[in-house]
Amino acid sequence: MIFEYAPAPESRDVVDIRPSYGLFINGEFVDGSGTPFKTVNPASEETLAEVAAATEADVDRAVQAARKAFGVWSALPGSERAKYLFRIARIIQERARELAVLESLDNGKPIKESRDVDLPLVAAHFFYYAGWADKLQYAGYGTTPLGVAGQVIPWNFPLLMLAWKIAPALACGNTVVLKPAETTPLTALLFAEICQQADLPPGVVNIVTGAGDTGAAVVGHPDVDKVAFTGSTEVGRLIAKSVAGTNKKVTLELGGKAANIVFDDAAIDQAVEGIVTGIFFNQGHVCCAGSRLLVQESIAEELLSSLKRRLSTLRLGDPLDKNTDIGAINSAAQLAKIRELSEAGEAEGASRWSPACPLPDKGFWFPPTVFTGVSQSHRIAREEIFGPVLSVLTFRTPAEAVEKANNTPYGLSAGVWTEKASRMLWMANRLRAGVVWSNTFNKFDPTSPFGGYKESGYGREGGRHGLEAYLKEIS
Amino acid sequence: MSIPTASSNASLRASLHGLPGVDRVGADARAAGLGTRSIKTSAKRQAIDMAISMVDLTTLEGADTRGKVRAMCAKAVHPDPTDPTVPKVAAVCVYPDLVAEARDVVGSSGVKVASVATAFPSGRSSLEVKVADTAMAVAAGADEIDMVIDRGAFLSGDYLKVFEEIQAIKEACGEAHLKVILETGELATYDNVRRASWLAMMAGGDFIKTSTGKVQPAATLPVTLVMLEAVRDFRDREGRMVGVKPAGGIRTTKDAIKMLVLVNETAGPDWLDPDWFRLGASSVLNDLLMQRQKLTTGRYAGPDYFTLD
Amino acid sequence: MSERLSVRKTYKLYIGGAFPRSESGRSYAVTGAKGEFLANASKASRKDVRDAVTAARKAFAGWSAATAYNRGQILYRIAEMLEGRRAQFVSEVAEADGVSGKKAGELVDAAVDRLVWYAGWSDKISSLRGSSNPVAGPYFNLSTPEPTGVVGIVAPPMGPLFGLVSVIAPVIVTGNTCVVIASERAPLPSITLAEVLATSDLPGGVVNILTGSAGEMAPWLAGHMDVNGIDLTGADAELAQKCEELAAENLKRVLRPNGKTDWAADPGTGRMTAFLETKTVWHPIGI
Repeated sequence: MIFEYAPAPESRDVVDIRPSYGLFINGEFVDGSGTPFKTVNPASEETLAEVAAATEADVDRAVQAARKAFGVWSALPGSERAKYLFRIARIIQERARELAVLESLDNGKPIKESRDVDLPLVAAHFFYYAGWADKLQYAGYGTTPLGVAGQVIPWNFPLLMLAWKIAPALACGNTVVLKPAETTPLTALLFAEICQQADLPPGVVNIVTGAGDTGAAVVGHPDVDKVAFTGSTEVGRLIAKSVAGTNKKVTLELGGKAANIVFDDAAIDQAVEGIVTGIFFNQGHVCCAGSRLLVQESIAEELLSSLKRRLSTLRLGDPLDKNTDIGAINSAAQLAKIRELSEAGEAEGASRWSPACPLPDKGFWFPPTVFTGVSQSHRIAREEIFGPVLSVLTFRTPAEAVEKANNTPYGLSAGVWTEKASRMLWMANRLRAGVVWSNTFNKFDPTSPFGGYKESGYGREGGRHGLEAYLKEIS
Repeated sequence: MSIPTASSNASLRASLHGLPGVDRVGADARAAGLGTRSIKTSAKRQAIDMAISMVDLTTLEGADTRGKVRAMCAKAVHPDPTDPTVPKVAAVCVYPDLVAEARDVVGSSGVKVASVATAFPSGRSSLEVKVADTAMAVAAGADEIDMVIDRGAFLSGDYLKVFEEIQAIKEACGEAHLKVILETGELATYDNVRRASWLAMMAGGDFIKTSTGKVQPAATLPVTLVMLEAVRDFRDREGRMVGVKPAGGIRTTKDAIKMLVLVNETAGPDWLDPDWFRLGASSVLNDLLMQRQKLTTGRYAGPDYFTLD
Repeated sequence: MSERLSVRKTYKLYIGGAFPRSESGRSYAVTGAKGEFLANASKASRKDVRDAVTAARKAFAGWSAATAYNRGQILYRIAEMLEGRRAQFVSEVAEADGVSGKKAGELVDAAVDRLVWYAGWSDKISSLRGSSNPVAGPYFNLSTPEPTGVVGIVAPPMGPLFGLVSVIAPVIVTGNTCVVIASERAPLPSITLAEVLATSDLPGGVVNILTGSAGEMAPWLAGHMDVNGIDLTGADAELAQKCEELAAENLKRVLRPNGKTDWAADPGTGRMTAFLETKTVWHPIGI
């Protein structure tokens, strides 16, 4: 019997989007000096709002506000800073649905994910670091904040990346100037309102919207003591170069090309789920996505047929529909990049497969896609696609799996699927990656340090380790 | 995996322990994820009617009487006497001594009569008694037999005993369909649930069923998920379709709809049919009827408007 | 009867456990604090840098996989061997720095003690830098430090032994391998140290020592795509900035020069943690 799920859209009435937004500087929304830009719903290409663009002068105002606030904020007892952060965490929980809907509208991710993954993690992150604010002396990294943190975040998890940046910075006594991504500024601006509701002292959090030049102004500002960036390795490189010779402390969370390794003794059904979560979660717009499936040759055929069957059940469409598994690609530019690399995959001789999957007429969409017959030398096995595209390779022995997994300039994450514990640990030891998910994938928690090896960046976010980026080294 | 000759515990063990493992946390997460599907409006109406038509309306109490069974059977045929568009349920499920009574009421309505047998619910008796129990129920007119496996034998690794018992009961069933109750609440691990599912299918069971309803936990979503994966894989490898029946603990429309979503996205639409999927339950029927009425009238329903039988 | 003519030592490079001359065939005259000729040292080239990186990479798998206990034992062994050649180091340090024998002796002793101190860290740094993370779900979650990989070191120009030991030990004790550019001014103790390393059960390639021009070699090291981190302690501001820019190409971990380091002070853990990664492993907990 065919069982069709009727549309089950989450109501967008819960969020009130203003026609235009200013910059959030010194506790107030102010006009920007640049030419305002539009942010669109990638699922419909409808304009959601007009957003101010911060110029170098605007960024300077924001940094000045943050510098001024630093004196006040860093002088507060940790327990008082903690209470502000707890308060913010609570308001996030209270307004979680509103934030989730806004995130899905602006980003294109399924409401299921913004509601069940992003928002709970955002609130949890603030709760977690709130608790550290008055316990820094026990963490082992000293207790002296750095000053003003310039933070630039990507569009794939707009509010979650904001939380990863702002919560530890504030807990340690720093103030921040944060630039959200150009295509997803709205939840950051709603967060600014939350800061107002929480009575956070003006200037502790400043949000400057804009494109790459705004980001460069934040990173390059001479009065910024700390640079935190999440985004592409390409931009990360530029930032690393630009801070050379300065005293700015830097943490970078960059790209990845993770191997998800499935052994012949794996729990197959869960491995299939892990592969799906690994690459199709958030449309594959995940730096730690399991974009390279390394499957043991002896079970490759069986696993692929299970995987394909499973992919046929994925529901692509309206991000606000509660049953949507795959939402929209965040932007036309990103869609073009995914298409370009996928075409390269075909041209290089890999076989391309997607389930029958009608795409909506408007908006930016890409079907879940699997490439088989992929070699290590193919571009789709080496370059980060940042989309719902899986490259499948095979291996014969554990040593070969490790060799192939590590054969990349990246080193953010890896997955291992085996029911044999000693083999799992053997693999985990040898994989050059900052996060190893064994018999699971794409799990995140505020208590758990996250970050890369090699060209995936440096520094850790989350956990006790996450404090180190925002405190002066003990000398 | 091909069907082994089942000549020894060793060969059965090799087959069953050669099945892929089940990671409990992953299976729980997948079931919970499917549990968040939002089934609304037309889909909900379809799901409610589908669920009603899949109910095995059950009474398995020491206090069951002829009167109680007759009333339940009447309700099985016409779940809502005020609304003829409500489908009949799939079957009634009773103890063997009440099969004749049930048969009498359901008649040729199309509602099947199922009977538990084999020293239900513990299964602690000799094979002779179990076969006799089964034969009696079949002779009294049962269309379906819900047997219990010997969990003690299974847990002690005596797979051959379980296998041969199922074969013997299958033979005693004759034309009647055999549902094999695994009593998953006593099997402790999902690995065991998968192995027991395969053992039951290899021995010839027509259905695999989670629970007797006398042991907790019973028909949880993840256990049902694992069993649905088993019947899916079994058809892939052996070409034979086996049905699935979660039983015990399904009380609300929401519970029932989650089960249907699980079937739809795990074993697939082929199983969305009363011939291949059943819900062993009793109280869920009234909740389904109340929800159905709400969809029709637009008003929330009250229990006083539905019969208690 | 004339005084016996001494047999001088030829100072070469230390690469992959061997003592080659520079492939370039170059050498330069090393003078003491008073300007007197001490010896000719090899003047290593960019190709020597390349060979040293290859050797360090080759040694990384084995060294990083050695037990922490084993690495600690080997560092302690280095201290023992250094102590055994104390007289030779005292004389070299005295000549290089123009200090008294007593002062040189103190510096050599400090170097030995520093090695012993770091040796003890091998199996303790993990418990300090690792963590068990109480995630909100049924998962075992553990973070442990791991060595970054191949680390380039621009050794401090001052402190030809004590400074040198103070930058090498923290890098290798955690399992990294390294390529060291020795003090250009006073390279001789570094090659004598290499002789100690070569006889201390330290696998060849774990430490590679190059003598010559830091200004010439450091940029090659900083720009090398198979080097994972670089310690610029011995670079001047201009060289450090240039190297940091080059290091950005493959996102090397950079330890910037920190003014004038007081080697006698408690070194803290910073020199170790600068070249440690944190790996977090997740695994479900279930039956």
